Amino acid sequence: MARLNVNPTRMELSNLKRKLATARRGHKLLKDKRDELMRQFLDIVKNCQLLRLEVEKELQQAYQGFAAASALLPPEMLEQAFLYPKQSVEIDMSFKNVMSVSVPVYEIKTKTDDTADIFPYSFATTPGELDDSVMKLSELLQKLLKLAEMEKTVKLLAQEIEKTRRRVNALEYVMIPQYQETIRYIVMKLDENERGNTTRLMKVKDMMLQQAGYGEG
Amino acid sequence: MYKAAVIGDRQSVMGFKALGLTVKFADTPQQAADELHSLAKNGHAVIYITEQLAASISADIAEYLDTPEVAVIPIPSKDGVLGIGDRELHSAVERAVGADILRSPDEN
Repeated sequence: MARLNVNPTRMELSNLKRKLATARRGHKLLKDKRDELMRQFLDIVKNCQLLRLEVEKELQQAYQGFAAASALLPPEMLEQAFLYPKQSVEIDMSFKNVMSVSVPVYEIKTKTDDTADIFPYSFATTPGELDDSVMKLSELLQKLLKLAEMEKTVKLLAQEIEKTRRRVNALEYVMIPQYQETIRYIVMKLDENERGNTTRLMKVKDMMLQQAGYGEG
Repeated sequence: MYKAAVIGDRQSVMGFKALGLTVKFADTPQQAADELHSLAKNGHAVIYITEQLAASISADIAEYLDTPEVAVIPIPSKDGVLGIGDRELHSAVERAVGADILRSPDEN
């Protein structure tokens, strides 16, 4: 691991030690964050997968009714039947905070709550299959919205986990080893200087002793 | 207040009109992409799009992947399930975990 390009001084050493401590703390926090995000993510993903299967199956059933109706009615008639919808849907979107990721929470607001009152056409001129399908779709709406909410949450969490994982790895495998390596280098360099200094002092002492006539040689 | 919308071929998404969702018909990928962008700009929080169309405009859909305000959700059309929605889940897992751990070992 490459060490940082710094001067081997005591000042630099204490700076680096401080940075290493911060990096270690950050690494631990991020690792905890990643683990918790992952736990929640896997929970949601599993539910989401089941819900998707369910929604897909029920949608297929609803489509069958439409296929039957469109076989019985000319396309213009069918279009006319849906020309002016009675029901209207609005979504109240708020954001929930999951480990500092804001994920959407949808709440549905419909104009009429009575499920029997949503048909925008006359029953006399349209086949019964159409009614069944519309009914089924309207029952499905809540689930569809839940699915949207969960899938969006999954995608947003996935993004956050990816980001956190990168940070954790960068700290663990690049930053922290780099700091450790540099700290070791500075300590060794300082120790070496210290030893050099001691030797020099001993030598000077010897020379001074000799000059004063106390030398052995 | 936000709205929900559906993009797809006429036959598949007609019924959603009765529910009061915004319904846009699109037959070509280009139309679908244009509708998608204009709906996203006009306060639609949830946009359902049939898998058949979603498959051909995945780049446009990916633009909204990291936007919390707009959710683009693939749904099957009358022609059946293509498994795109499921695949999206798998790719999200792959992105987060680094490997697709949802896939059962007997699939390839």
